[in-house]
Amino acid sequence: MEWVTIVDPPPSTTFYAEYQNTGPGSTVDQRIKWADYRSSIPEADAGKFTVKDEQQGGWIRMYPLPGADMRRFVIGSARNLLHRSHQNSLFQRPLLSSSYRLLSSSPSADPSSSSSSTMAHPVALNNINPKVLECEYAVRGEIVTLAQKLQEEIKAKPESHPFEEILYCNIGNPQSLGQQPITFFREVLALCDHPAILDKSETQGLFSADSIERAWQILDQIPGRATGAYSHSQGVKGLRDAIAAGIEARDGFPADPNDIFLTDGASPAVHMMMQLLIRSEKDGILCPIPQYPLYSASIALHGGSLVPYYLDEATGWGLEVSELKKQLETARSKGITVRALVVINPGNPTGQLLAEENQKAIVEFCKQEGLVLLADEVYQENVYVPEKKFHSFKKVSRSMGYGEKDISLVSFQSVSKGYYGECGKRGGYMEVTGFGADVREQIYKVASVNLCSNISGQILASLVMSPPKVGDESYESYSAERDGILSSLARRAKTLEDAFNKLEGVKCNKAEGAMYLFPRIELPEKAIKAAEAAKKAPDAYYCQRLLTATGIVFVPGSGFGQVPGTWHFRCTILPQEEKIPSVVSRLTDFHKSFMDEFRGLV
Amino acid sequence: MGLKALDYETLNENVKKVQYAVRGELYLRASELQKEGKKIIFTNVGNPHALGQKPLTFPRQVVALCQAPFLLDDPNVGLLFPADAIARAKHYLSLTSGGLGAYSDSRGIPGVRKEVAEFIERRDGYPSDPELIFLTDGASKGVMQILNCIIRGEGDGILVPVPQYPLYSATISLLGGSLVPYYLEETANWGLDVNNLRESVAQARFKGITVRAMVIINPGNPTGQCLSEANLREIINFCYQENLVLLGDEVYQQNIYQDERPFISARKVLMDMGPPISKEVQLVSFHTVSKGYWGECGQRGGYFEMTNLPPQTVDEIYKIASIALSPNVPAQIFMGLMVNPLKPGDISYEQFVRESQGILESLRRRARIMTDGFNSCKNVVCNFTEGAMYSFPQIRLPPKAMEAAKQAGKVPDVFYCLKLLEATGISTVPGSGFGQKEGVFHLRTTILPAEEDMPAIMSSFKKFNDEFMDQYEDNWNHSRM
Repeated sequence: MEWVTIVDPPPSTTFYAEYQNTGPGSTVDQRIKWADYRSSIPEADAGKFTVKDEQQGGWIRMYPLPGADMRRFVIGSARNLLHRSHQNSLFQRPLLSSSYRLLSSSPSADPSSSSSSTMAHPVALNNINPKVLECEYAVRGEIVTLAQKLQEEIKAKPESHPFEEILYCNIGNPQSLGQQPITFFREVLALCDHPAILDKSETQGLFSADSIERAWQILDQIPGRATGAYSHSQGVKGLRDAIAAGIEARDGFPADPNDIFLTDGASPAVHMMMQLLIRSEKDGILCPIPQYPLYSASIALHGGSLVPYYLDEATGWGLEVSELKKQLETARSKGITVRALVVINPGNPTGQLLAEENQKAIVEFCKQEGLVLLADEVYQENVYVPEKKFHSFKKVSRSMGYGEKDISLVSFQSVSKGYYGECGKRGGYMEVTGFGADVREQIYKVASVNLCSNISGQILASLVMSPPKVGDESYESYSAERDGILSSLARRAKTLEDAFNKLEGVKCNKAEGAMYLFPRIELPEKAIKAAEAAKKAPDAYYCQRLLTATGIVFVPGSGFGQVPGTWHFRCTILPQEEKIPSVVSRLTDFHKSFMDEFRGLV
Repeated sequence: MGLKALDYETLNENVKKVQYAVRGELYLRASELQKEGKKIIFTNVGNPHALGQKPLTFPRQVVALCQAPFLLDDPNVGLLFPADAIARAKHYLSLTSGGLGAYSDSRGIPGVRKEVAEFIERRDGYPSDPELIFLTDGASKGVMQILNCIIRGEGDGILVPVPQYPLYSATISLLGGSLVPYYLEETANWGLDVNNLRESVAQARFKGITVRAMVIINPGNPTGQCLSEANLREIINFCYQENLVLLGDEVYQQNIYQDERPFISARKVLMDMGPPISKEVQLVSFHTVSKGYWGECGQRGGYFEMTNLPPQTVDEIYKIASIALSPNVPAQIFMGLMVNPLKPGDISYEQFVRESQGILESLRRRARIMTDGFNSCKNVVCNFTEGAMYSFPQIRLPPKAMEAAKQAGKVPDVFYCLKLLEATGISTVPGSGFGQKEGVFHLRTTILPAEEDMPAIMSSFKKFNDEFMDQYEDNWNHSRM
């Protein structure tokens, strides 16, 4: 017996059942063999449903009574079917020769397994998109929730904890910790937000002359000078011109404004690329471990497979092409089509800066293997070692002689990092090269569904790629602000690195760039047992104990991924410089007492 | 090069399926013509500032001060900014942790969410919980987040009005779900018939689709109708019976151009209905700073409010929001200013009222001019724009015109709109981009061109349309002779 093709076989969200059928055809031995078909259901289950609609063809739709679960039933009777089945236009042919049949849209294949005590909501934990449940984002996870709770407790009752304030070292959010914005950028943004004051004489007393001039330039690039209008979905053309010029100045190779897509921070750009690349769980993305959890979360959300490659902690989180090859082969042997390689340079959470030779090998690897290179370069301005320099993958590939036809490369940049740290503005862009025009059109289409990114963020993205130049009125104050922030970050990185390396069982690589340290911690057996008892990963246990004892917020390494059996935590270098000694002393004291507590045999 | 890393064939199929007409073929052709130096009147997107609407002064003053907080310490700041703008800037900066440059809570600044909750309470007469309000980068992002949580696969269906705003069809395609259409009744002023809804749901279920949610757009986009309270009750009852989450797109709630049917929120009607319905039916309502008399599209500010969603689900939505870190902070301030506007007695109050009323009254007049203009054209019928920003006239195309469209390889309304664009520079969106009953054709225009340009635009439309109709009807008549 065949069902109409559109429901044969039925989706796993559907089940069919019969209830107390009599008459010709009510025998069930020749029924369909679907997994979710039940030849009878108990009275208790059937009693939860009632007929609400008139019959339709030979079928009666049934609905749950209040108090029953969310299932929806269609029920057909033998009597009706026998003489009315020919009228049933919704089916191509008569169905089974008899019987009540129930059609359900319950997510559960087993009707008796779901609770019938309360009416299930259409959107609840048991029926939301499972990909949503799967993704994890530790940077704002459990530890941070606990920190916020402690902060409220301190606010309500200052004596309630052994510390006066929470020290947030969990997230790269510099201005929340007191870093001041770059004055020139903010002058321009304020003027663009309120252009009505641009030609007032008082404005010249309050704003630098070059900020006024720059605001005019920017407004002239926006059609109608309307900063309140949606822009082109890739971003305002004139701003993309400025960004392309900035890339060209940085790399020494041309950049095309049509390759640039401005986005609300770099994260939506990463999502957009994952959306294009991932068709199913058979599509894999090579990601560093440890990684910034945006990647694992985005891959999970789009239903793909994360193909891990491990960074080598012993060589300062080195990225070995042999490891890439090994993991690529392993993934392929499992039937996974690896589509792209994510490289975070400078590294998050690992802080390493790739050497140019290393980058060349990576480019060659992507070219050979036909992978899209997704280059997360949002920390390109955060470099703390004079002997090393940031090189963009675009520059490296072009210097190898590889152009549009040779390699598909996407480079991500953000206004949230660097010396500017303008996280709240949600500005960023991706530069997309090496794709066919038909693919580019699709990227544009996806961008257009969201209309455009915020204009203030777009303006700022253009400013960070074209800051004041020598000779401009604001140049000196701008460069003093910039250098002050970067050199302070370098000192903080060094102080924290040294402090970590002095702790028993802790080893920390140098932060060559980015905003993080990712020390490894050898935890005593007893501490690991205690963590198990508390149902926590050992590093999460350590971070939680640290937080409740000192108010310092670190993110456990398990949120970023690590070699199994090793434990880490991520610490930003962003607390204001005068607070660093307090972080160090609180951490040192805590660590000593923690190790003392768990010393000795299990 | 050996293997191509990402070509059209290996793109995610869901991406290829997406259609987004608001920036589609017509828009691209219009942009080309503009580059060639032709004057184009863009009426394809509800983007008021692009068509010359000036931003409200007060909110721009406040946000400018928040951008440049060092001005607040300058003794001369009062020369450029009124005292209430300065006070308001200080207020919002005090609600942030680190000003406009720091990520906020992923759900938005708590203090701004509280202002939104107070606004909702004033509007509806029922308290609202700031914990259930999430600020977003425009309402679109919110719609995407919620649909992402609902849609598990193609077996999940979302009821969407037809005609609809293509954000919904595009997002459902991207997420791999199924759009379940329900038709609005043009002859009943784009009213919503619940029997029609039942029919749509029944058909979807026979196809094995689990219908999960229902979208309403009130006031309607592109159709401009305001839903009556009775109609909203029917809809909510329907969602209760069918166990659907109701997604209320209410971004045009400030844009009302008649007095018989004021805007009434789905949440107020839901609460008025009392238990068990008010405690059971799940509702997510969306709002934005892009519409109303604000029209601050470029800021990308919005919020959604959740009603009757269980706490664990809210936590999951929070997690998804946290992956995007936070909505942009300047737009959060705009949202705060929108829901907590100036009060009588404030220094800037009068100017604010003058500006906002000026915009709304002009929009009301423009809605009338446009509807009347369309209805004076040959073979064009148009319902009055009760709300929102659009006019959606039906164009009755003669058979010859359909034939010509077919020969040109175009959908008939695309064919008509392209001709209109070439002849007059008016850039519209064909009805097929929004969905329409088979064999019936429309176009969407915004009512946003400047009021003083409106008579000329309508007469150039009429001239084009009537000639177009004459041309194809004459030919048709001749050929029959």
